[in-house]
Amino acid sequence: MKKIKIKVNGKVKTVLNNSKLSDLLKNLNIPLKKVAIELNQEIIDKKRSNNIKLKKDDKIEIVHFIGGG
Amino acid sequence: MKKDKLIIAKKKFDSRLIVGTGKYKNMSECAKAIKFSGAEIVTVAVRRVNISNKNKPLLMDYIDPKKITYLPNTAGCFNSKDALRTLRLAREIGGWKLVKLEVLGDKTNLFPDMIETLKTTEVLAKEGFRVMVYCNDDPLMAKRLENSGADAIMPLAAPIGSGLGILNKINIQIIRKQTKLPVIIDAGLGQASDATIAMELGCDGVLVNTAIAKAKKPFEMALAFKNAVVAGRQSYNSGRIDKILMGNPSSPTEGII
Repeated sequence: MKKIKIKVNGKVKTVLNNSKLSDLLKNLNIPLKKVAIELNQEIIDKKRSNNIKLKKDDKIEIVHFIGGG
Repeated sequence: MKKDKLIIAKKKFDSRLIVGTGKYKNMSECAKAIKFSGAEIVTVAVRRVNISNKNKPLLMDYIDPKKITYLPNTAGCFNSKDALRTLRLAREIGGWKLVKLEVLGDKTNLFPDMIETLKTTEVLAKEGFRVMVYCNDDPLMAKRLENSGADAIMPLAAPIGSGLGILNKINIQIIRKQTKLPVIIDAGLGQASDATIAMELGCDGVLVNTAIAKAKKPFEMALAFKNAVVAGRQSYNSGRIDKILMGNPSSPTEGII
């Protein structure tokens, strides 16, 4: 299967074309309840990540809470 | 004494001390300092997950959001667009609607950009957020924020992290007098007595991060701030005496031998 490059939190990642976002999140060990996810600057519904297929040059941001004032 | 609660966006809190969770040596130190402070609200920042270190400890593992109210902030945002993006993401993490907005205007003094702040407050309020707004100590801007839908006014005491204490007590008092909203002193406190002064000016609470996190003994300082806020509030509620220029003896002047 064809491989594509995407960016996750600013870092280039190679994944299979049309692979699911949910697989990527699982692979990265992301605790879904504690994060929010953006795909190309749009917030996505975390529960629907298995309906989203990754495409070339997709930009994904995964954020969580850290200490701050 | 009747219960004297802090009410923000219809939520009631016993503690009037809000603490930041930044600048601690590690998360367990941060969690312990929060315990000592008695704070029920803590500010948190929204940042990228470290995807190369999967085992990095998470804030939520140390500070339970079911027990302590998380107040997501927009630290590091210098315009409305970034602040909105950050808080929309924060809400998405788990439904947080109570947020702290801060839009900074200058990287060295960290003063807020009030034009961007005002604009953002309006948008957030329309989107259903309950917004606590970091602002300068300008009564006119504070009024505008109130009119834009803010839920709490958070004027700075002094620049963030400066430890200078309250620079403009008169402005803070004017801001307190003119608004129905809670006024929380945010940023610039250096020691516990600064918090007492804030409370004695009539403020409804204080937000402290650096002064506790960077104290030589953070746990003791957290406790000191807790007590200082309580003392200041009690003092304010008790109604202080008038100031007079000359002395007034405490013992009766009649019957002196």
